[in-house]
Amino acid sequence: MASTAHWWLEVALRLVVILGFFLVVPLLVGQMEHKAMAHMQGRLGPMRAGGFHGWAQLIADGVKFAQKESVVPADADRLVFQLAPAVALLPYLVALVVVPIGPGTQVGVALDLGLFFVLAVMGVGVLGTLMGGWASANKYSLLGGIRTAAQLMAYELPMLLSAASVGMAAGTLSLGAIVDKWQWWWLPWQLIGAFVFFVSGLAELQRPPFDMPVADSEIIFGAYTEYTGLRFAFFLLAEYAGIVLLCLLTSVLFLGGWHGPFSAHLGWLWTVLKTLALAFVVIWLRVSYPRLREDQLQRFAWTALIPLALAQLAITGVVRVL
Amino acid sequence: MNVTTASVQFTGSAQSYLSPTGVEVAFILIGLVVLGSALLVVTVRNLVHAALWLVVCLGGIAGEYLLLGAELVAWVQILIYVGAIVVLLLFGLVLTRAPIGHTDELDVKHRAPAVVVAAGAAGVLVTVVVDAYRKVWLEPRAAVPLGTGAANGAALFKYWVLPFETLSVLLLAALVGAIVISRRGADGDSDEPESVGTD
Repeated sequence: MASTAHWWLEVALRLVVILGFFLVVPLLVGQMEHKAMAHMQGRLGPMRAGGFHGWAQLIADGVKFAQKESVVPADADRLVFQLAPAVALLPYLVALVVVPIGPGTQVGVALDLGLFFVLAVMGVGVLGTLMGGWASANKYSLLGGIRTAAQLMAYELPMLLSAASVGMAAGTLSLGAIVDKWQWWWLPWQLIGAFVFFVSGLAELQRPPFDMPVADSEIIFGAYTEYTGLRFAFFLLAEYAGIVLLCLLTSVLFLGGWHGPFSAHLGWLWTVLKTLALAFVVIWLRVSYPRLREDQLQRFAWTALIPLALAQLAITGVVRVL
Repeated sequence: MNVTTASVQFTGSAQSYLSPTGVEVAFILIGLVVLGSALLVVTVRNLVHAALWLVVCLGGIAGEYLLLGAELVAWVQILIYVGAIVVLLLFGLVLTRAPIGHTDELDVKHRAPAVVVAAGAAGVLVTVVVDAYRKVWLEPRAAVPLGTGAANGAALFKYWVLPFETLSVLLLAALVGAIVISRRGADGDSDEPESVGTD
């Protein structure tokens, strides 16, 4: 009986740690975005909240969002409109459960098909944006939803193909086993795949330069136009949780996860450092690249990324057979 | 194949449905959810709501696969059906015409034949499946090793390579057909008089 209690305690502890990770790291990325963008543009960014370099700015933002009125438009489809933020946010939390942070047992649940699980669950999150876009009864929201769906359909395929390349290289679909088998020379071997995976992930998250669905100069804020208060905050949190998950996955699949000096003890630290470095790249891209037009988006996915992903698959196959 | 050896036993020992296990109870409950949401898909008066109930229905089926130990099939179900097919469906609906509230044109004249066809298909499937597995007992926990990626890959590429390749040819033909049909429509609209001699 004692062992069952012990087991439940361990499960609960793991879930609490993952929930904490899910609530803290996106905020960290958000604060990094504030400060990194500001310094790249010769500004200071938030400096007041919390005292030291405005570290509490996002906590203050959260309190502000919680106080705001939550408006549901009169013509909206109430239930779908209210459900959409949860549908957008929860998949990222669920996906985090199977991503290994460190060697051995430093993972929520070591799933034999972890790679498949993560990609499947990430695809569900887009339903939230679509639901919000349709249910808002607003033409800008609807346009944003349509653009989101078109973008997702174009970029899902290269993402899956490049992930499949890593699965082929490692001979397994378990995320932990993939990192276990990782060698340094996988870096050049899977370089094209890493590029395709990261770029299509950015497009799936609608981050600049792929932010056509939320282009503020054209359609206000796309599918999120009508949202206020906490529901809007949930959509924002989903975006940053998506960035964290994408960077975590890229570092686990392509950059060797916990591999690094002293990885037996500090493995988790390497994973977190690689993830934050990738998150910095995401922010950097936002500041440096102009937005792609809709036809450019589609052409880039179908004529550049998918052939590149197929080429990566062929390279992986050839090297594996040799 | 090796399905009969590991996970499925012929009855004769003491297994029965009279004192159901947790897995069986969960299977029936999720089955009811799937059935209810499937009924809602065809009866609800709003197209987008129907598509969203389809998400519940297909997700429930993924849950059933999991309970039967077919892990890979469950995640593929979510990846392909919930993540891709329903998004495609919603995209089509939103792009054409999907007003909020009731959609009046949903009551088509084919309702009676549709019910007949659906009932017929369901009848045939239930009869065949019940008849085929009347005397076998599936132990979900024993089936878990068969549902992994490695086991599925081995089965697919060792024993079922020919059907797999045939299916890919079929899909390729469907793709080519779709391109041909969409091209023909575009040509007919724009430059029909000119295309007579040039093509």
